[in-house]
Amino acid sequence: MSIYLDHAATTPMVDAAIEAMTAQMKKLGNPSSLHTHGRAIRKEVEGAREIIAAAVGCLPSEVIFTGSGTEADNIALKGLFWAGQALGRNLVVISAIEHHAILDTGYWLAAHEGAELVLIGVDSHGLLNLGELTDLISRRGDEIAVISVMASNNETGVIQPIAEVVELARINSIPVHCDAVQSFGKVPLSFSELGVTALTLSAHKIGGPLGIGVLVLRRALEIPALLHGGGQEREIRSGTLNAPSILAFAAAAKESVERFGLRNFRMEEIRDDFAKRVVDVIPDAYINGIDAPRLPGIINVTFPGTESETLLLLLDAEGISCSTGSACSAGVQRPSHVLLAMGHDDRSARSTLRFSLGASSTLEEIDETLDLLPSVIERGRMANLR
Amino acid sequence: MKVIAAMSGGVDSAVAAARAVEAGHEVIGVHLALSSNPQKYRSGARGCCTIEDSHDARRAADVIGIPFYIWDMAEEFHEEVVENFLAEYAAGRTPNPCLRCNEKIKFAAVLDRARAMNFDAVVTGHYAITRENPTGKTLHRAIDESKDQSYVLSVLTVEQIQGAIFPLGDTRKVDVRKEAKARGLYVANKPDSHDICFVPSGDNAGWLRERLGSESGPIVDQEGVEVGQHRGAYTYTIGQRRGLGLSVPTIDGSPRFVLKVEPESNTVVVGSREDLAVSKMFGENPVWCGSAIDETPTRGFVQIRAHGQPLACTYRMDGELLIAELDEPILGLATGQAMAIYDGDRVVGSATICETQS
Repeated sequence: MSIYLDHAATTPMVDAAIEAMTAQMKKLGNPSSLHTHGRAIRKEVEGAREIIAAAVGCLPSEVIFTGSGTEADNIALKGLFWAGQALGRNLVVISAIEHHAILDTGYWLAAHEGAELVLIGVDSHGLLNLGELTDLISRRGDEIAVISVMASNNETGVIQPIAEVVELARINSIPVHCDAVQSFGKVPLSFSELGVTALTLSAHKIGGPLGIGVLVLRRALEIPALLHGGGQEREIRSGTLNAPSILAFAAAAKESVERFGLRNFRMEEIRDDFAKRVVDVIPDAYINGIDAPRLPGIINVTFPGTESETLLLLLDAEGISCSTGSACSAGVQRPSHVLLAMGHDDRSARSTLRFSLGASSTLEEIDETLDLLPSVIERGRMANLR
Repeated sequence: MKVIAAMSGGVDSAVAAARAVEAGHEVIGVHLALSSNPQKYRSGARGCCTIEDSHDARRAADVIGIPFYIWDMAEEFHEEVVENFLAEYAAGRTPNPCLRCNEKIKFAAVLDRARAMNFDAVVTGHYAITRENPTGKTLHRAIDESKDQSYVLSVLTVEQIQGAIFPLGDTRKVDVRKEAKARGLYVANKPDSHDICFVPSGDNAGWLRERLGSESGPIVDQEGVEVGQHRGAYTYTIGQRRGLGLSVPTIDGSPRFVLKVEPESNTVVVGSREDLAVSKMFGENPVWCGSAIDETPTRGFVQIRAHGQPLACTYRMDGELLIAELDEPILGLATGQAMAIYDGDRVVGSATICETQS
């Protein structure tokens, strides 16, 4: 038996993406070349750019292809900070629950580039504390170089109030970056309607290939580059364009945006069923962020008295793949900074699992998981009593 | 059986895990993270605690085809092994941390956790042999004498031995390396580790001085006459001759050796080679790898260092203490070390040396 409940980590490529990618791999040409071969590839890449732009509600010229979501986050946070620093703004403001691609970049800017990093907390539901942000902006709004808040959290699935953040930032013309890696293709998302300055997307979370991301960056906005070279991608991201992955990304984006209405309804149904029944089989388990707006496919459960790394081992042995959702340091599970920010203590933050659903998830998989869960949790608790 | 293979990232534990799979066990590889602040890369011959080592272990598990996890045992390791190591030195004794790690971590914390998760045993790459007997499993020396690790396992109880599998005891190290190569394990030529894993610099004396202080004090002879100054009493070991920097020579010019370290008075005592002689040792907190021994004097062997020679002796219990009387005296024996008793190649048990007599 093999049950995959870690779609937020990565999800199977959709057929349309595999077909687009393999077809493209057989074609010759560097899209930057001026000759016939180059032009042919360029035409397809630019077509893909338009498809992705349409899927996320931005102009094609606002799409910058990168090697990953992490790279897009780095370009945005560092670039917007440096641009702001040149104007005498020194504060980098991010939420306390950001993905490490933003969190660690923020710490790096503070340690090496003279930035002052401010983390905005969340409430016990995992929602950004807007009062804290309002207060900071009213006191020091003209010092803020950039605000970065994720569209939805990768561990809890809790959807963040980005429109409100943009509204608060407007008064002082503060650029807002939003990491939308988990939200894109899962919930409606429009760059232009949201009004953010920059937005991060990743292909492999929506059925595209690994190793391709996008930074949507507002037209005509100039920020310093991280990668210098051939000047591709608005001279903000040099490097030969990865045509097969870009075409596959576009195919996956098109499909996920076209289909998300129906698919989300199914996923929400499965998620809510799981949430209801998991507390039936494990009475003291609780679901983090259950009272906040959430992505359809993520459910984050604390099992008191266990250690998540033990549970992962036991579940894996039963053929169930899930995760803690938080990054490992040297392979050692650290308590999730997201759960700590939500008010968990070290112990309960270490006894939490993330189950995440995808297009292929079924109610039967949830049934089997819930059948196995009580014995796994019991063994996990025994192992924790050592 | 369902077993946990402890994988350090070295060649021995990798081959041990592969053999456990071939023996038909259901195997899960586990790397123990023992340092809360691991170094990124290996340097020299030190242990298994770097991130590079955990990558090596993971790669070996992938090649063997078993699941792999990292268990964070840093807290337990610090409390049970590192702090004990410091406390022992602070008390003027010379501990063996590897032995302590086997006793408290690998075959205690890890085995307990494995058993709670319905696993039956822990597999390691130690060079030792266990044999099934009507009374339970017994522990024996490995066939490769130069690699035999039964000494550092002599602290295990019958219950712990019962949950231990050592697949390499019947093989020579050189053949284990060949086997690793044949199995496509790239750690085949990784150097052996033999230093203390939690002292990244390899400079034990410096590491101890940093933590226990380096307050200088007198070096005295057996009459109590000061013959020099030391730089931190903890860093001297019994039998040490070099690096004493004595200012008062002996009358006949004969060399002097460290006889005793006395932390209470911060004094190091030196004397002649003959004064180092030990023919009787006393051990406390004995552990038996089988039935407990009694007060009947019994012929056997005692080993006092990890790769030391077995010394012919007569051993017996006297109240709470294990006593071994050597046939031939030896020179220089630090308290705090384990005295492991052997009956032929079988480990009878061990105790911590608390006193010696000439």
